[in-house]
Amino acid sequence: MITITDVHKQFNSLHVLKGISLSVEKGKVVVIIGPSGSGKTTLLRCLNALEVPTSGSVQIGDVKLDFSKKVERTSIPKLRKQTGMVFQNYNLFPHMTAVENVMEGPVTVKKEDKEKARAKAAALLTKVGLGDKLDHYPAQLSGGQQQRVGIARALAMDPQVMLFDEPTSALDPELVGEVLKVMKELAQEGMTMIVVTHEMGFAREVADEVIFMDQGVIVERDTPSHLFAKPREERTRQFLQHLK
Amino acid sequence: MAPSQKYQRNGLVQMSLNSFFENPERLNRWIDIAQSSFLPLLKGALLYSLTIAIAAFFIGLIISVLTALARLSGIKPLIAIARFYVSIIRGTPLLVQLFIIFYGLPSIGLMIDPIPSAIIGFSLSVGAYSSEVVRAAILSIHKGQWEAAYSLGMTYWQALRRVVLPQAARVSIPPLSNSFISLVKDTSLASVVLVPEMFRKAQEVVAATYEPLLVYVEAALIYWVICFVLSIIQDRIENKLDRYV
Ligand SMILES: Nc1ncnc2c1ncn2[C@@H]1O[C@H](COP(=O)(O)OP(=O)(O)OP(=O)(O)O)[C@@H](O)[C@H]1O
Ligand SMILES: [Mg+2]
Repeated sequence: MITITDVHKQFNSLHVLKGISLSVEKGKVVVIIGPSGSGKTTLLRCLNALEVPTSGSVQIGDVKLDFSKKVERTSIPKLRKQTGMVFQNYNLFPHMTAVENVMEGPVTVKKEDKEKARAKAAALLTKVGLGDKLDHYPAQLSGGQQQRVGIARALAMDPQVMLFDEPTSALDPELVGEVLKVMKELAQEGMTMIVVTHEMGFAREVADEVIFMDQGVIVERDTPSHLFAKPREERTRQFLQHLK
Repeated sequence: MAPSQKYQRNGLVQMSLNSFFENPERLNRWIDIAQSSFLPLLKGALLYSLTIAIAAFFIGLIISVLTALARLSGIKPLIAIARFYVSIIRGTPLLVQLFIIFYGLPSIGLMIDPIPSAIIGFSLSVGAYSSEVVRAAILSIHKGQWEAAYSLGMTYWQALRRVVLPQAARVSIPPLSNSFISLVKDTSLASVVLVPEMFRKAQEVVAATYEPLLVYVEAALIYWVICFVLSIIQDRIENKLDRYV
């Protein structure tokens, strides 16, 4: 489903990703943890080419981009159509209502019929528990509600994989649960997900695999029960200790 | 100025003011002129000043968006062309630009009628000045908005048209509506390229009546009322836009 091979990313002299290789099977949930600045966000953004890797290749579904060669302009949107991204700060379009936010991708990118897209968007919003907020603008919604609109917006494109970058970090504690609940339901439905989060409870409960990143490399990857109980690497152990 | 001269001047002002108010015929004449010139002036204002301002503003807006995008494109020749255009327009008087278009270009065989000349001149001016406003507005849109659009698979133009420009438009409405009001006043310059707009009409009335104070003040009042109405409309629009964002 997803295969990334030896991905490097440099910002000028700063070497942020130092050869990341990873494959994720269809339907799996992978949680990425690691200290601040370790490159988690950058890795996620390399998966949909919001950040163009310096070298290495990314394959999602049947779209493969080899960044070691010159990448065709038109292939980047193709890769992005395979992925849905959920942002820490939601990044909803403030000038559109909830339902317009969700139908925007299908209508503008996939040229779907407006009324069909609206019906589908309404169904998705209902699914994330916002069936009564279709015509609200983002400014009229709580953080948790906005983030659920963000999830619905990404789902509307029928992505092969959903990427979450700290989806609950900007939320008040009492709103975190409603977003995690939607994510759990998605995982149960068999959505392939890559999630950067500090919510260890979520990782323990939902992840098929947890990846610990530090200084631009994958230090260790394992099932949550193994990785949390007895990490093999010293750095992982220190990081987990630190969390407690 | 010598004291005697000063005295003399004051005396003259005094005398003419007195004679003005003691002369009911002069007052009646003023009222007649004001009445008979009002409709032609208003017609000049609505038919030409305002119409030219609206046309030039919309053309200018399109130019300003294209110029702002060129400035932001990161493509060196485009950036250079855009900067050159803005620099020329901002660095030379509008009056001189209008003279070049209307009186200058015929020398190379390019004859442009008064009204198109004025619209071209004003559009270029609006395009250059507003491009800075539009550029700042586009830059003020958080880059997360671009990223969210891109992450849905949008192209640059789709992200621009659907996500960034609608938000930038809201940011730039207050400064742009100020420049529209300025533009309405600037259309008085079109009188020099023979457009029969309000100020030229006023000059014609003055030539026929020799009452410059009355007629120019009348023209000023009409400009003021128009701008006053426009500023009320501006407030309405801004209040409406503030509602959700
Ligand atoms: N656009 C950029 N230009 C320059 N440096 C960048 C850029 N984006 C990220 N970096 C740097 O890359 C490093 C990794 O950043 P990244 O955001 O991937 O870390 P992270 O693991 O997500 O951290 P956090 O937990 O704080 O979100 C940091 O040192 C950061 O400053
Ligand atoms: Mg991050």
